[in-house]
Amino acid sequence: MNAYLNIDHISISFPTDKGPLNVLNNVSLRMEKGEFVSLIGHSGCGKSTVLNIVAGLLQATKGGIVLENREVSEPGPDRAVVFQNHSLLPWLTAYGNVRLAVDQVFKRSKSKQERHDWTLHNLELVHMDHALERRPDEISGGMKQRVGIARALAMEPKVLLMDEPFGALDALTRTHMQDSLMEIQARLNNTVIMITHDVDEAVLLSDRIVMMTNGPAATIGEILPIELPRPRDRLALAENPTYNHYRAEVVKFLHERHGSHQSAAPRTEDSENKPRLKLAAG
Amino acid sequence: MSKTTLAERLRLPDLGRAGQQLLVPAIAIMLFLGLWGLGAQRVQTSLGQLPGPVKAWEQARTLYQEHRAERDRAVAFHQRQEERNAARLQQDPDAKIQWRKYTGKPTFFDQILTSLITVAAGFLLASLIAIPLGVLCGMSDNFYQAMNPLIQIFKPVSPLAWLPLVTMVVSAVYVSDDPLLSKSFVNSALTVTLCCLWPTIINTTVGVAGVSKDLINVSRVLRLGWLTQVVKIVLPSAMPMMFTGLRLSLSIGWMVLIAAEMLAQNPGLGKFVWDEFQNGSSNSLARIMVAVLVIGFIGFLLDRGMLMLQRRVSWDKGAVLR
Repeated sequence: MNAYLNIDHISISFPTDKGPLNVLNNVSLRMEKGEFVSLIGHSGCGKSTVLNIVAGLLQATKGGIVLENREVSEPGPDRAVVFQNHSLLPWLTAYGNVRLAVDQVFKRSKSKQERHDWTLHNLELVHMDHALERRPDEISGGMKQRVGIARALAMEPKVLLMDEPFGALDALTRTHMQDSLMEIQARLNNTVIMITHDVDEAVLLSDRIVMMTNGPAATIGEILPIELPRPRDRLALAENPTYNHYRAEVVKFLHERHGSHQSAAPRTEDSENKPRLKLAAG
Repeated sequence: MSKTTLAERLRLPDLGRAGQQLLVPAIAIMLFLGLWGLGAQRVQTSLGQLPGPVKAWEQARTLYQEHRAERDRAVAFHQRQEERNAARLQQDPDAKIQWRKYTGKPTFFDQILTSLITVAAGFLLASLIAIPLGVLCGMSDNFYQAMNPLIQIFKPVSPLAWLPLVTMVVSAVYVSDDPLLSKSFVNSALTVTLCCLWPTIINTTVGVAGVSKDLINVSRVLRLGWLTQVVKIVLPSAMPMMFTGLRLSLSIGWMVLIAAEMLAQNPGLGKFVWDEFQNGSSNSLARIMVAVLVIGFIGFLLDRGMLMLQRRVSWDKGAVLR
């Protein structure tokens, strides 16, 4: 059976002065519709690169992305991105930022009034309908990220790509945003790939956690299915032994085995004779 | 031993906001006027003593009175003409009637107006050329590499070097029996244009090339067309740098215009200064001083005008604009 989204054996190298640098090696992942997958791994392991390749902002050197049986190689609104630093246009209001995306994506299929309503609807979804006319520099970091999410959702993407969406927020705001995201996810059943550094966030939100080995030539180390029933409640889960087991698994991967490609990574032809890997293992 | 530092000893008493904004500049201006008056007394020129602020003020009033007188004469002329023509029509309804324009000498205020119109025309033309060029330079590396040597070579050229070429080209190309714009106007305006292209091109290029990569990614995800991307993302993002360029261009344009008018005998403030210099009456120096101050003041107002425009269109209300 064909997967909804198929990340098919992608590798990417960047040219450097010392020859090509292999950043990702043979990353493969198949996702079902409505699935929420987190990518977790140490900084610089190429998580963002995976996301950018799926978004079409970077081109894989080998392999490709197949979405609903079609190969995608350039960016498009069917793979909306929520950027880490929100990337709102600073000269537009919250409404204006979402409206720009709505106007672009639905310029033919929706009337003016429908586009207006759809913009409002998405801002309501992220609880930002009270600040429609505020500009990004007039609202808090969490609110900016909410507008960023509204903009992405408004494109009705097939896959929602989130690049550490809550990484720059304080802990309290982050928990609010996570709850909001779970609520939206329950309503819309989006297919989501989210990059995170935060183990709790990954376990709480995901259906599967994809743990990546360290770069260079990073790849998928382990995939952990999270079989916790939804809706999930962070307070109840804090005492839940299954939750804590998952948590421990991820922490173990990140801290005990980080960098040891021998055990974590599926073997590839060139992963063993790279001297750089020893540095990471030590 | 006192422990106060030099900075503390030099610190003025706290005057409050109003004091700082009005009192301090007022004191500085008074000091300047005093020094000017004292210094001018010691300089003897072939046209007499260098005029101080008092003489300059007298001449400013004289210039205003001359302007009023000239206007009165113009009004009187038109009235006489109207009465004469009416009388002729009464005698003979088929009489050929001629309407003549009053052709008096342009006053100081007429010259100011001419200069303002000329600089505005030259500056607008330059902006219309420079902003699109700058946007292209900023968006395409190849285009930038092609344009850069030309920009670097033409940027430092003095307006006085352009002027003879512009004059010759205009008289060769701009031929018409009943020209809408006078040649002298076109000469000055084009010279201004040639000199105020460069800061706008360079600053627009820098602004456009510096558009945040994240915003470009947003535009790529949305699949904005080239033109939409320029209008919705690139131009607003580059707006602050563009205005820096436009302000530099306008100040340069104003300076260049005065020089061009002097050298080419095009009407305007520059010609006024040159005529007074050639005239060499005992009042000439004072009148030139008035012109110098007016030129400076107008330059200042033009820059403030641009600043106000920049504040209006700027999205970054937090930015400190000076």
